Amino acid sequence: MEIAVHLLVLITIYGILAISLNLMVGMAGLFNLGLAAFYGIGAYTSAILSRNFGVPVGLSLLAGVALSALIGFIIGLPTVKLVGDYLAVVTMGLGEITRAVFKNWVPVTRGPMGLPGIPHMSLFGFKLDTAPLFLAFSFVMIAISFIFVERIRLSPFGRVLRGVREDEMGAQALGKNTYWYKMIALVVGSGLAGLAGGLFAHYMSFIDPSSFVMWLTFFIFLAIMMGGLGNNLGAVVATGVLMVLREGLRFAGLPPAVAAPLQQLIFGILLIIMTIFAPRGLIPEQKPRYD
Amino acid sequence: MDIFAQLLVNGLIAGGTYALAAVGYSMVYSILKFINFAHGSIAMVGAYITFFLAIQSLHLPLPAAFFLSMLLTALLGISVERIAYRPLRRAPKLSTLTTAIAVSFVLDAAVMILMGADIKTFSLPVMQGYSIGPVLITPVQIIIIGASFFFMLLLYILLTRTKLGKAIRAVADDPSLAEASGINANVIIAAVFGIGSALAAAAGSLIGLDTNLQPTMGFLITIKAFAAVVLGGLGSVYGAIVGGFIIGIVENLGVWVIPPVWKDTIAYGILILVLFVRPAGLFGSVEQAGVLQQ
Repeated sequence: MEIAVHLLVLITIYGILAISLNLMVGMAGLFNLGLAAFYGIGAYTSAILSRNFGVPVGLSLLAGVALSALIGFIIGLPTVKLVGDYLAVVTMGLGEITRAVFKNWVPVTRGPMGLPGIPHMSLFGFKLDTAPLFLAFSFVMIAISFIFVERIRLSPFGRVLRGVREDEMGAQALGKNTYWYKMIALVVGSGLAGLAGGLFAHYMSFIDPSSFVMWLTFFIFLAIMMGGLGNNLGAVVATGVLMVLREGLRFAGLPPAVAAPLQQLIFGILLIIMTIFAPRGLIPEQKPRYD
Repeated sequence: MDIFAQLLVNGLIAGGTYALAAVGYSMVYSILKFINFAHGSIAMVGAYITFFLAIQSLHLPLPAAFFLSMLLTALLGISVERIAYRPLRRAPKLSTLTTAIAVSFVLDAAVMILMGADIKTFSLPVMQGYSIGPVLITPVQIIIIGASFFFMLLLYILLTRTKLGKAIRAVADDPSLAEASGINANVIIAAVFGIGSALAAAAGSLIGLDTNLQPTMGFLITIKAFAAVVLGGLGSVYGAIVGGFIIGIVENLGVWVIPPVWKDTIAYGILILVLFVRPAGLFGSVEQAGVLQQ
């Protein structure tokens, strides 16, 4: 039972990551490989502010979201106007750099030892220090993120984003400033990833650099591919299915030194097969109805 | 001044290996307009094959292991293109990028399972270094820099003096026109992946000799080689070589002013700086960089 609740909390947190990546990759066609970096920036910012400086947890969470969004903005400034490959490599590099910062900026992040004793979330003086209580909170958070991004998807703004994804030149020919459309998607997506990171930090109350690796980005990528690019509900469901599957692989009794890379191997092959045979995902995005 | 000369030489050594890795990127990009994210991981596999053949099992002489690894890695590169990239050649760019990432994860995982995730070193016998003026250089370092120049010269001859090289340049220039003049583009693309992967194997093995081996080294190679390619100008093979040397030299001189743990972040800093200042790089054209007019 405890494990089930724990898994559900992680699914809500990773689900927010899936919604964030789906906004950037699935809806806007922005190939962001630095998801784990934005997630980590949100987690470390909120953890350090609340733990070392006594900032109230809600406020520190918002600061984490803001900093992630800001980094997304700075990264986007020179790269979003270039072809997609640039953004991919720059964000991938960002992933490595942030990890180097978490690992090497020891006075602040305590390096590989990680940050213990991160304060729990509290709402109106009410401490969310048990997993079921936190689950309720993180569920509300994913619901808000979901509704927010769905609203974007169904709005005229979302329609232009899809246009940019399909044919950027065409969207420009219709007089849309595609640069800012993409920038907004990138900034909102980065902020959402930061939110997921903050939630993770205050739920676990301990973080270290190993939680923010490229592998996580890849895992969420697989989830949104399975759920269908641009399909938010599909992305969240697929995240849940993949996480249960991953737990299953963990219980299969293999030594961890083999189990982790084996998982990576299986998921990697799965992603190659899926991209070739079902490039829009298992449950492709539905054409929105505009009434 | 002495330390400057030493760091410069160290930079040249590292730069040669980055240039070798970057060339493969640049060649694939100039033909397919696609960044092969798995290139760094392919270099990593090449390094491990050399290690496996020379140290771990067969104890082949190092040069033999090195060339055999280049051959095997070339076959790996050709197979990856055939299996994972060719079916997607007309698909949206997002799909090819996704499979390339997946391929790199598969390769990393396979090496981790087969060889273990720990750091491996060639641990060659320590040899007496030579002093040239104030600079100390080991025989291994001389081999590294000699080999990188040798392979770059070989590539230059291949591209400019052979029929295959002419065909490669033709396909890069205009694929449909090249096809119309009787060049089989599939064969040329396979050849480019083969050559690029062989050079990547050489780069990976030399980096392994210079430092050590780790299954995750592919990502770092990818970032540094890409920084070199962007600096030199995307799609320009010679630009990639120049970029590789600049990255290697700046990175090593940087150790002078900042703590060595941040060394790997310098290439990234250069990459961001180039994108802000001149996205087309030193020798690239604006169209090649795909800068969309706003």
